Amino acid sequence: MRAAGKPLKRPRPAGRRREPDLGWREFVTPEGVDLRLKIGAYAERCAAFILDVLIVLGLLIALTLLVVLLQWGASSLDLKFRFSGEVVTVIWLLGSFLLRNFYFIGFELRPAGATPGKRALGLRVAARDGGRLTADAVFARNAMRELEVFLPASFLFASGYGVDAGLVVLGAVWSGIFVLFPLFNRDRLRLGDLAAGTMVVRAPRRVLRPDLARDGAVLLDGAVFTEAQLDVYGVKELHVLENVLRQVDRRTLAEVATRIRAKIAWVGPSMSDGAFLRAYYAALRTHLESRLLFGRRRVDKFDRA
Amino acid sequence: MAELQLKSHRFRSEREADWRRLETLLVRVEKRGARGLKRDELLEMPVLYRQALSSLSMARSISLDQGLTDYLESLCTRAYFFVYGTRSRPLERLAGFFIEEWPRAVRGLWRETLAAGLMTVLGAVGAFVLVRRDPDWFYAFMPEALAGGRDPAASTAFLQETLHGKAGVHDSLSTLAAFLFTHNSQVALFAFALGFALCLPTAGLMIYNGCMLGAFLALFAARGLGLEASGWLLIHGVTELFAVTLAGAAGFSIGWSVTFPGELTRVDAVAVAGRRASVVMGGVIVMLFVAGLLEGFARQLVQPLPARLGIAALSAVVWGVYFYAPRRGRRA
Repeated sequence: MRAAGKPLKRPRPAGRRREPDLGWREFVTPEGVDLRLKIGAYAERCAAFILDVLIVLGLLIALTLLVVLLQWGASSLDLKFRFSGEVVTVIWLLGSFLLRNFYFIGFELRPAGATPGKRALGLRVAARDGGRLTADAVFARNAMRELEVFLPASFLFASGYGVDAGLVVLGAVWSGIFVLFPLFNRDRLRLGDLAAGTMVVRAPRRVLRPDLARDGAVLLDGAVFTEAQLDVYGVKELHVLENVLRQVDRRTLAEVATRIRAKIAWVGPSMSDGAFLRAYYAALRTHLESRLLFGRRRVDKFDRA
Repeated sequence: MAELQLKSHRFRSEREADWRRLETLLVRVEKRGARGLKRDELLEMPVLYRQALSSLSMARSISLDQGLTDYLESLCTRAYFFVYGTRSRPLERLAGFFIEEWPRAVRGLWRETLAAGLMTVLGAVGAFVLVRRDPDWFYAFMPEALAGGRDPAASTAFLQETLHGKAGVHDSLSTLAAFLFTHNSQVALFAFALGFALCLPTAGLMIYNGCMLGAFLALFAARGLGLEASGWLLIHGVTELFAVTLAGAAGFSIGWSVTFPGELTRVDAVAVAGRRASVVMGGVIVMLFVAGLLEGFARQLVQPLPARLGIAALSAVVWGVYFYAPRRGRRA
């Protein structure tokens, strides 16, 4: 099943072998800048959905308890008020229908564009064509959810009202197909996404972390790397090094430092692993960036000019 | 001085304050909506957004600090979704759906609606004639569970009793409970959903649904209870049958676009039809809800036949006018 509408192109450098699809999609704003969004993974979306359902269930249970307590209070005051299960039934039928729909539609229409469950997993809804996410689209994708999951699920609880097992099974199969549907297209579109022209993307909040090159630059006074020592690696390795430095794990630092020292045949003042790597990072970045300014981007260590 | 050579670092320190400013505004917006901003802050937003975008382009071409580009990507994405986000307020939007959009979508499907309606009528008439001629046909059309003892073997008194809710099988609210799971909402769902299979299952369901209706009426008509049964059935049945017919129509429109996609590719044609059909279905769910309320409450509270028929007629007129009456202003 292919995604409907204009298929989004995935950036693929020419002349290189096809890389596995990691879910990055070109997403060009009206200003012409590609935001490079990542499609929300299936597991994340399932988790977000389960979280949302649990929240709604929690609200319903709280409401039920409240009503039961009120009734209990009223009956203990002897107001000729007898407990009835009917109110509870109404809460669970009408209440759950209204609550879940207002919950999903209401939250997705807010500026954050995501239910609490989606937010917790760093997901949000976006229009597939890069335009404005319209309220119609939000409405359509959630109306379809009603058909995909909730109505068939209600068959399961319908026993005793003249629904035979066959229908229950049919409902389960039906839901099963649609729950698995996102796995069979590239953009992980649910049927509702397909109908509404939306997709769910990752939009995690990131904090601006300190520039590693700055404290590395201070250390550079103690260490000088030759041109040849800096020509060993490319941008890809620089980014790996950045990751290593950002998640400070002593053992990894030591391993990487040993590897690099051996590779560049390092003979300098003895420095701690962390300090050495920071200094090398600063030097390598300065080196690669200055070449970048002259229009030469060295992709990785195999990329020889 | 290594620090001075690093252009990307200078680039960052020059613009960092603006990014931080945008970020604080975004945090407030994401928490409280556009109301969280003052007027001049609101005007500041698009400017900051475009600055951040240009910073992102710049950073991609001169900086190799991945932490920085990742941050800018996430910042720009968040700002983008605010600047180009949804605008209308949910309640306004909901009103728009009921006033404008749903009736328009329903009117757009008038051919399919007519076809689905005709099939139901065809089934009903056929089954009615068959059951009148030979009551055993009844068992062929009606599953036993759904009939609940109302079959040709039952006594006339019992049948009459079922029409006036005294049988005491369900109290009013558990009937309400049943509505979500009644046969008709399932038929509606499957009629819509199975439409993509070249309309055939939908057509089958429409005819079968008509058959059950016809068989049911024929059973009561045989005991001289035809009119009363109609009143019992139609008080909510007008709404419910209309909803099922619309669901069938939505299914047909999808099936039709699969079969005859026209100038679009098949997938695109289905997406276009699906969008319209899902609007119709959103409304159908509401209609089934209304039908459930009528079934649960009105049928228990309103016992006299003329009143029941009156409500049925009224609901037919209301739905008919609501969907098909010509609108002033914008044309569909």
